Amino acid sequence: MSRADVCVVACAETFRGDGEILAAGIGGAITVLAARLARLTFAPDLLTTDGTCLLTADVPALGADPGGVEGWLPFRDHLWLVLHGRRHVLLGASQLDRYGNSNISCVGDWSRPKSQLLGVRGVPGNTVNNPTSYWIPKHSPRVFVPRVDMVSGVGYDRPGRGRFHDLRRVVTNLAVLDFATPDHSMRLASVHPGVTVNDVLENTGFPLTVPDEVHQTRLPTEDELRVLTSLDPRNQRAREVPS
Amino acid sequence: MTKVLAIEDVVGGLESGMTVGIGGWGSRRKPMALVRAICRSSLRDLTVISFGGPDVGLLCAFGKVRRVIAPFVTLDSIPLEPWFRIARQRGLIEFTEYDEGMFMFGLLAAAHRLPFLPTRAGLGSDVMTINPDLRTVRSPYSDGEELVAVPALTMDVALLHLNRADQRGNAQYLGPDPYLDDLYAKAATRCYVSCERLVTEFKEGPVQSLLISRSMVTGVVETPGGAHFTSCEPDYGRDEAFQRAYLEATTSADSWRNFAQRYLSGDEGDYQRAVAG
Repeated sequence: MSRADVCVVACAETFRGDGEILAAGIGGAITVLAARLARLTFAPDLLTTDGTCLLTADVPALGADPGGVEGWLPFRDHLWLVLHGRRHVLLGASQLDRYGNSNISCVGDWSRPKSQLLGVRGVPGNTVNNPTSYWIPKHSPRVFVPRVDMVSGVGYDRPGRGRFHDLRRVVTNLAVLDFATPDHSMRLASVHPGVTVNDVLENTGFPLTVPDEVHQTRLPTEDELRVLTSLDPRNQRAREVPS
Repeated sequence: MTKVLAIEDVVGGLESGMTVGIGGWGSRRKPMALVRAICRSSLRDLTVISFGGPDVGLLCAFGKVRRVIAPFVTLDSIPLEPWFRIARQRGLIEFTEYDEGMFMFGLLAAAHRLPFLPTRAGLGSDVMTINPDLRTVRSPYSDGEELVAVPALTMDVALLHLNRADQRGNAQYLGPDPYLDDLYAKAATRCYVSCERLVTEFKEGPVQSLLISRSMVTGVVETPGGAHFTSCEPDYGRDEAFQRAYLEATTSADSWRNFAQRYLSGDEGDYQRAVAG
């Protein structure tokens, strides 16, 4: 069992209990694997896509064609689904702050950035309309910053976040974080096997709430490892999180 | 009545300072033959409305752009668009950055001749800060909710690339996703469609694939390979090797000069021959 396996399962866990909604993993192999693993194990009602606009009837391996198609979700309907809310998105971020504000737009001053990134994409609308979790493959003070340069995804301290705002968890290569504090600031929920609380604190650029007892992230079951191997036979997940 | 035009006719009818909407999504089904022709023209100061890909990048590379209105600019398989980055980081262009859902509502508003449409997308984010002209509206009903009033994304011209079209201007997509192309056509004063193949009868695909009606179309151009190097499923996929070469060409002034000389110094026929090697 590798660190990447632990990360995929921790990401999959964000979808537990979601029911019959779209589990949307965006960017990289691990978010996609997480949605597919959850659907194949403890969250069978989830909907997943082929990475484009097909809702797949079964759950194919990474890069493989589905055995069948159960629905059509072109971009226009995907954008509708965000507003409708029956979707939980697991996405990356270049910067995240203590209240879950995220940035994927640019680094530096927005008016003339030091580094132009993607642009906000759908993240502003995602975060105020459907449940949102983050996957950060390299937990570091460069990502976990006191203040993001451009608020793309909306955090818990922003006025206007509205009644459908629902940031769930942040999974990283070191730990699982959540917002289960009185002011919804970030809290250490569990550390992955082999990681200490100090490792996490040293790699987080803002004060993190640490509970008296920090649990270890749960290990993948044998069944989950078997499913994971069939979903990702070329071990693409290890490229995102080297052991 | 035939609306068939040559590429140069389309671009010859455009003017500097216009607002131009470009269909497709990222590095998918972009009207690149028309974009390349704009790059060859003397046009400048364009406002470009796009789910941005290399269309935006190339127009920036050739100094055609005053403002980009977009939620992102990406090459999809390569996340960051190199020329858009350069233009932003050098302060060469203005940028109206919208959330994707806001952007779609802006197109929908324009397509329905509404001044704006309300949405939650954008609230609480810096999209509201960086676009100081954006306004909110309060629901007139008992909920009283405050929402973003996304202004209509009206445009002078829309440029689209579809798989098939007829000479009257009806156009059909055969790939899995229509993107938002029909909304661009409806949001524009004039719409030009380039296509892989002109047909006399639509024999491929179901009736739902007839995305664009001739009543929305000003002119049609047959440009085989006209979306290259973006994808145009099912006629062809994205040319990933060429896209990587485009990215690498942006790493120095010399390499860009060589790339532009090799591929972008002649007309569309020269381009297609250079790509074929």
